[in-house]
Formats: sequence, C-alpha cells, structure tokens
Amino acid sequence: MTLDAQNFALRRRDIVSELLKGRGDMLVVAGLGSTAWDITAAGDHDLSFPLWGAMGGSVSIGIGLAIAQPKRRILVITGDGEMLMGMGSLATAARLNLQNLSVCVLDNEHYAETGMQTTHTSTGTNLSAIASGCGFQNSVAVSSQNELADVLPRLREGPGMQFASIKVRTEKLGFSLPPKDGVYLKTRFRKAILGDAAVLSS
Amino acid sequence: MEWWQEIYKAIKDANVRQVAYVPDAGHAKLIQACVDDDEITTISLTTEEEGIAVLSGAWLGGDRGVLLMQSSGVGNCVNMFSLAKTCQFPMALFITMRGQWKEFNPWQLPMGSTTEPTLELAGFSVNTAEDPNDVADFAAATLHHAFVGGEMSALLLHQKLTPVKTFGK
Repeated sequence: MTLDAQNFALRRRDIVSELLKGRGDMLVVAGLGSTAWDITAAGDHDLSFPLWGAMGGSVSIGIGLAIAQPKRRILVITGDGEMLMGMGSLATAARLNLQNLSVCVLDNEHYAETGMQTTHTSTGTNLSAIASGCGFQNSVAVSSQNELADVLPRLREGPGMQFASIKVRTEKLGFSLPPKDGVYLKTRFRKAILGDAAVLSS
Repeated sequence: MEWWQEIYKAIKDANVRQVAYVPDAGHAKLIQACVDDDEITTISLTTEEEGIAVLSGAWLGGDRGVLLMQSSGVGNCVNMFSLAKTCQFPMALFITMRGQWKEFNPWQLPMGSTTEPTLELAGFSVNTAEDPNDVADFAAATLHHAFVGGEMSALLLHQKLTPVKTFGK
C-alpha cells in the first residue's frame, strides 16, 4: 500500500483545532510526535503538557492527573503508534472508571515521525474495540465529519470516561514545536492549576 | 509495628494521595492497607512503567504519589524513567527485592542483581533496608528526597524482610 492509498477524509490539525476551541480549564496531555505538534499548532497553552518522549505513557499521565484533579476534564490526545505502546494503560484507566478522563487517538495508521512505516491499525487492530473491551463505557471509531461533530463535545465535556479513535489522513505537515524544556512545561502547568503553591510549597 | 506498617505510616505522614502498584507478595499487606484507606486512591497497573507516568501526572495535578513494586519491574520502567528525569518529577519507589536472598527462582536473578545499578544509572538515589528496624527512617527519607528534594528516590526492601511473617512484630 502506498501513502497515496491512505485517503481518509478527516485532517488531524482541523480536528485538534476544533477540539481545543473554547477548551476552558480542561487539562491536555499530548503524546510525542505528531499529536504534540498538533496541539501546539492549535495554540500553545499553559494547561497543555506535550510529550517529547515517554512513548506509551500519555494515558497513564492522564490517569494520575484525573485522580488529582477530579473536577476538571482531562483530555489525552495521542497517535496510534503511541497508544499501541501503552495499551495496558487503557485497562488501568477503565478499571478506575475515571469519570473525567477522555482519550482521543488520531489514527493515521502510520509512524509519521520515523519514516511512515505502517502501524498495527493498518492491518486491523481496532483501538476503539480494545478500549471498549477494557471497559470504557463510551468508545467510538470515527471516520466521517458527521461522526466527528457528535464525538468532539463528548471528548470535551463527557459524560464519564470517553474514548475515540479517529481515522485521519496520512499527511506530512509542518512542525509546530512546543517548548521542549520538561521542567518548564511541568512548572507552568502546575502553576496554572495550583497557583503559587506549585512552586512555594514543599 | 511490622515494617510494612512503617511504610504506611510514612506515606500517610507525607500526605501521599495516590498509590500505584504492581502486586508483590512482600507488599500484599501494605497494598491492602492503602486500598482500605479512603484518603488514598490506589492504582492497580498492568506494568510498572505505567506507574512512573501516573506519578508524573499526579504531581502535575498537585498530588503526591508513590509506586509499590518488585525488583523485576524496574527493568520494565527504563525508558519511562526519562520522563521523571527530564521534567524533574518527584519519584518515590518502594521495591521489594527478588533474586537477592534465598531465591528459589533462578529467572529472578538477572533483574535482582541489576536492580540497584539500573536505578542509579537512571538517576535515582537508592537506599536498601535490610533490618526491619530501619524501615521507618528509610521510608521517611525516601519520601523526603522525593517531595522536598524533588528527586527520584527508591527504597529497596531486602529479601530478608520477606515473607512478612518471618520478621513481623
């Protein structure tokens, strides 16, 4: 299969831009690579935590965050490759039944950062079925604009734990790089939530 | 108090809210005490590396968390340790040792013998408690390193301490 055969209609930057519009006090974690660039293209934000590594860890970060901040919606945006590396974390999240956690996988069926090798989703691995099988009450596979319009508000607001895997076009997009100083990303995020206590308390 | 009760007391004194774990027989009573504690949310993991990321997320959101695991799980965490190192997330790991002392399973030996250097290479300060009377001080120090010092800190619980009943009371 050539890249040209990948002709999904939905485009990742449009989706993320729409998803983060009016994000309010939502906390956003993005998996390394394309999804970190996507959330940055939509506008760097103190309440965003884009990863530059830790592959497979995005949902687990969301879990700790969701427990610590139960009144806020936590949105994890990641890619199919990153999600495949951390599939166990879907079972961990579902077991906790975290009512404020949303996971959005932008599935282009490729490892975009490493030469566009195909991922397991290109040969049938169904991430929304896996999330459902792990116990996510709301888990959908999205490939059309109509389905997208239905799922974006639920990713932003719930109700309850949400999972969506969205088939997106395989496309080479320009880099939109977030800050890569991990200490800075951590501290600005904590300060935006906790205020001065983030840096003054021990 | 039994040694595991000293760890429980230390994590309560340190205001720890999240306890992530992959079960180990040596941690069984401590895990149960945390599960039974309404002020603590316990996170049962499918693999230890999730725990490193969970603790990072907890800190991002203002919670203190600890990870309970056995030594074989340290190998599962190696790349995820880079998250804690790069972002300077406080880490407090309580690790029961295998492959160290009267181990009946030779498959535990390779990771047991490399647990401490692996942690040190990843940036952890590592202490080992062999005597149950030392656990209280070491546990408090491990949590202090993490949450006051902002460090990656691990306490290895020597296999002499387990099974718990042998050294209890």
